[in-house]
Amino acid sequence: MNTKELPKRFGKFGGQFVPETLMSALIELENEYIKAKNDENFIKLFKYYLKEYSGRPTPLYFAKNLTKNLGGGKIYLKREDLNHTGAHKINNVLGQVLLAKRMNKKRIIAETGAGQHGVATATVCAMFDIACEVYMGEEDIKRQSLNVYKMKMLGAKVNPVTSGTGTLKDATNEAIRDWVANVKDTFYVIGSVVGPHPYPTIVRDFQRIIGDEVNQQIMEKENRLPDYLIACVGGGSNAMGLFYPFCNEDNIKIYGVEAAGLGIDTDKHAATITKGSLGIIHGMMTYLLQDKYGQIMPVHSISAGLDYPGVGPEHAYLHTTRKAKYVSITDDEAIHAFKYLTKIEGIIPALESAHAIAYLMKLAPKTKKDDIIVVNLSGRGDKDIHTISQYGGVL
Amino acid sequence: MESRITKKFKELKSNNQKALITYITCGDPDLDTTIDLVLAMEKAGADIIELGIPYSDPLADGPTIQRASQRALNSGTNIDSIFEMLSKLRKNTDIPIAFLLYYNSIFAYGIEEFLNKFSGSVDGLIIPDLPLEERKELQELLENHPIDLIPLVAPTSEDRIKEIVKATDGFIYCISSLGVTGKREKFNLDLKYFINKIKNHTDTPTAIGFGISNEKNVKTLKDFADGLIVGSTIVEKIEESIQTNNNVIKNVYEFVNRLKEAF
Repeated sequence: MNTKELPKRFGKFGGQFVPETLMSALIELENEYIKAKNDENFIKLFKYYLKEYSGRPTPLYFAKNLTKNLGGGKIYLKREDLNHTGAHKINNVLGQVLLAKRMNKKRIIAETGAGQHGVATATVCAMFDIACEVYMGEEDIKRQSLNVYKMKMLGAKVNPVTSGTGTLKDATNEAIRDWVANVKDTFYVIGSVVGPHPYPTIVRDFQRIIGDEVNQQIMEKENRLPDYLIACVGGGSNAMGLFYPFCNEDNIKIYGVEAAGLGIDTDKHAATITKGSLGIIHGMMTYLLQDKYGQIMPVHSISAGLDYPGVGPEHAYLHTTRKAKYVSITDDEAIHAFKYLTKIEGIIPALESAHAIAYLMKLAPKTKKDDIIVVNLSGRGDKDIHTISQYGGVL
Repeated sequence: MESRITKKFKELKSNNQKALITYITCGDPDLDTTIDLVLAMEKAGADIIELGIPYSDPLADGPTIQRASQRALNSGTNIDSIFEMLSKLRKNTDIPIAFLLYYNSIFAYGIEEFLNKFSGSVDGLIIPDLPLEERKELQELLENHPIDLIPLVAPTSEDRIKEIVKATDGFIYCISSLGVTGKREKFNLDLKYFINKIKNHTDTPTAIGFGISNEKNVKTLKDFADGLIVGSTIVEKIEESIQTNNNVIKNVYEFVNRLKEAF
């Protein structure tokens, strides 16, 4: 059995900048995770729920209309929107809740932005009959009322967070504060590849199923690997899940798409890697949007799931090693892409995923006909219909 | 170099006394008041002052100190204005001062720049999000300054205690119980056992913090350690005084005085 410790950093990024009270819990989590990932039964159980409960593998759909209309390479959409609860988030939640059960934790807490991670956590906790509390910023509660309603129906307690800017970062602070107080019996299910070590590694490992499936599916369909990968990046879990299995391939161009909000030269965006600087947030060293005194700045994106001032440390690392390129898409461009994909393929994407589609619309026309592009369609857009209608009417 | 904190604990010990450490947030509600509050707390009997540097995301703090942080940020408080405030304050007092701050405040400013700036005026750093695993870089740079890195030990630290308290100066910040800063209903009886466990590994003085809110708490806990830290309740007095237009300085002075008398 491999009992070695996991690397705490990705280059200079990552680490464990948390209150001492949590350190023993992080060490316990790391040890238990190392055992679990080397335990055939655990892996078998995880794969069982991914298949039977979430409906994996998700299709790698050849988007014929999109391909023809954009006039470049062949476009495939990885349909994470077809997972149970409508996004990739459940992959990670199933893994972490199974870990929590293994560790005999009686209570689950989570933070959520768009509500997708909260719904996924509430769902899995309902199935396993574990008490669940979700922290959600009051601003996000307003924009994502449907998901709040779902979580409550599923039996979770939704705790509105009014501190700070009332969004994802504040919900994360509040979840960490809860964990500091209840660390002995509570498991904190983090929703993205963020937070203190070992979370970024654990979440990545549970999400890499996305990329592993793409690898197998594209070999079956095209008998070769793709040339381009595109995914949106808030904290970055759907992107890391897609990118990670391909990170050692030299010929694949990888694009992470951040939220440019009203524009990266305004003060209303969430383009962390594009515009941020090195600092510490939520227990990790990474790029973040901060002022010269290290105060975290308010961020903006029309998509609640990308509205985050930090980014997963492994993305920061992929950026510095130039393994992946990080670009950004404005609210307007994302809305346009949302409507475009809905009409042309009959697929309503989440506003988060619409950022990836918007970048695809810029990139695809410049690619060659025989290039292969894979876009991660991380979630479905039902939750965003209200936002879209407020933004400028229906289509 | 021996810091003002270390000297103070030696002095107290030779007189068979314990340290009263009081916390306020810099710039709550403004920096001029901070100067007056520090001097008033000293006069009322505080031995060491803990000054919070306001931060946008204080994840180890409860609602009371979060609000203080917000008030301070709203009044435009930042590292540079805090430095100016301290320069004025140091003309009037030699009381030991420790900063309570989040690591990003030092990191974003530039670690060396920060230390050079505050060397001489500040005597200790308490950084709630810088555990043993991450403190090496700062600790090495601190060797050139009379500033102590005050380590925090939690009830969950267990076999980490030995490493945490190794080669430390100033004092050991013993976290009374799980959770963030703020009042507690009651203290666990194991607290004495917990502090003794820490003392087994170090000669550095110990101080208990988190949740100590009144004279009764002081009487219960004073014999357990070498000092007691009171924060959120003082900040509450400040908040109440602002809201009711009462004399902030007087209220804080009287409260600290009552705490001192309970020793």
